[in-house]
Amino acid sequence: MRTFAFARADSVARAVESQQGDPASAFVAGGTTLLDLVKLDVMRPSRVIDINALPLNTVERLPDDRLRIGALVTNTDLAYHPDVLADHPLLSQAILAGASSQVRNMATTGGNLMQRTRCPYFRDAAAACNKREPGSGCDALHGVNRMHAVLGGSSECVAVHPSDMCVALAAIGATLTLHGPRGEREIEFADFHRLPGTTPYLEHDLDNELIVAVTLAPPLVPLGAAYVKLRDRAAYEFALASAGAMLSLDEELIGEARLALGGVATKPWRCREAEASLAGKRADTAAFEAAADLALADARPLSHNAFKIPLARQAIVRALRDAARRAREDDA
Amino acid sequence: MMETTEHSPEAAVSVHLTLNGVPVTAEVSPNAILLDVLREQLGLTGTKKGCDHGQCGACTVHVEGRAMNACLRLAVMCEGQAITTIEGLAEGGRLHPVQQAFLDHDAFQCGYCSPGQIMSAVALLEDRRVPGDVTTVREAMSGNLCRCGAYQNILAAIQDARLRRHGQEGGDDA
Repeated sequence: MRTFAFARADSVARAVESQQGDPASAFVAGGTTLLDLVKLDVMRPSRVIDINALPLNTVERLPDDRLRIGALVTNTDLAYHPDVLADHPLLSQAILAGASSQVRNMATTGGNLMQRTRCPYFRDAAAACNKREPGSGCDALHGVNRMHAVLGGSSECVAVHPSDMCVALAAIGATLTLHGPRGEREIEFADFHRLPGTTPYLEHDLDNELIVAVTLAPPLVPLGAAYVKLRDRAAYEFALASAGAMLSLDEELIGEARLALGGVATKPWRCREAEASLAGKRADTAAFEAAADLALADARPLSHNAFKIPLARQAIVRALRDAARRAREDDA
Repeated sequence: MMETTEHSPEAAVSVHLTLNGVPVTAEVSPNAILLDVLREQLGLTGTKKGCDHGQCGACTVHVEGRAMNACLRLAVMCEGQAITTIEGLAEGGRLHPVQQAFLDHDAFQCGYCSPGQIMSAVALLEDRRVPGDVTTVREAMSGNLCRCGAYQNILAAIQDARLRRHGQEGGDDA
């Protein structure tokens, strides 16, 4: 394992300052991605800055009733937080559908946003990968690409964004607070992760900044939410296709709907056209199937993963159906 | 007082732990992994190295009471923290009830995964936020692989230890 220098940050400002002028430095929070990839020689930080002592580990309710989650809140604590369970059950469900107990105990909210793809060619330092080594090519395009993306890919990269939590955040809507050398700024979660395009090595919108908080949009009322994750084994496995759905119902008519996909796209995938198609419709299978077809209209299979399109369609229909059932229960 | 010192890659960093209830100071490299420090430097070989990538759970220890993969944690990240390994579970020569339950239910064959399985099970039973039904327990234990396939007996041991600890009703709502 490569060596690196180490520093412990005792304030957000000093953590950010410490990173400036040292582009090869990396923050460590849970360490579940960073140390895994350092061992594989995929990430090669010259310096690791431990941010665990920073006061970013609380969930607070803002005066406008939104929930503000500190970047260091662990995935486990977030999933079981009473306010999250009450307002955003989709977030809880998605987190608990991912990783293992141990990893959820270590992994943090900010770190989850920063996790790297599980593409086996990215994780193999001997393979061609434009994300790991710009310009080296993409061995996944014509290799074993069963797990890869059918949405949002490019001729340079088809790696899937692996997070379950981020699928829920995409559906719920969230604002990220970033701290950089020029102070704090806020950006929408939807604008944080980038499509690979011709620059797959640029994965997000950070500019020498540290994620300090994630503030969730207000919940839909009455709320029905469901996260459906389809995978090769029932636990501790990444999604082949997943769907996070939220619905509000007025009698049997859909008020507002939210839909996001995981396991099939290069970034957490919000389906706005599908959402719009559901507004005002009866909450029935025909509407859900039509929405699923819209959500997947641009899907393009690779040589090994055409099965993902019907699989994702089923995940969407089931998530919307379960969300509608729960919305009825919530209203009862 | 908080430390803000920069440590070079070659530096020896002092890390102060409470290890199985005993204060311990270790001099470690910045890139030293907790699992390796426990096994190679502190002589606690009960914690096992399996995949070394957080996928098998053989290295599971408790950090501040939470089950974690010691293979994915820097030793220097544990400054000031309480760490419990499999060696720290028994008290006064008596096995921890979960250790005893694993024996009673024959919940292992080769035993290599057992320390990690037991550490995960102990943390699970102490976390009252996690429901105690079989489906949830299977998921909560899914970060611990058993290549011998002793899962049925592992599950039986955990649910038996749960009953003994919480009683029938506590087991249902835990």
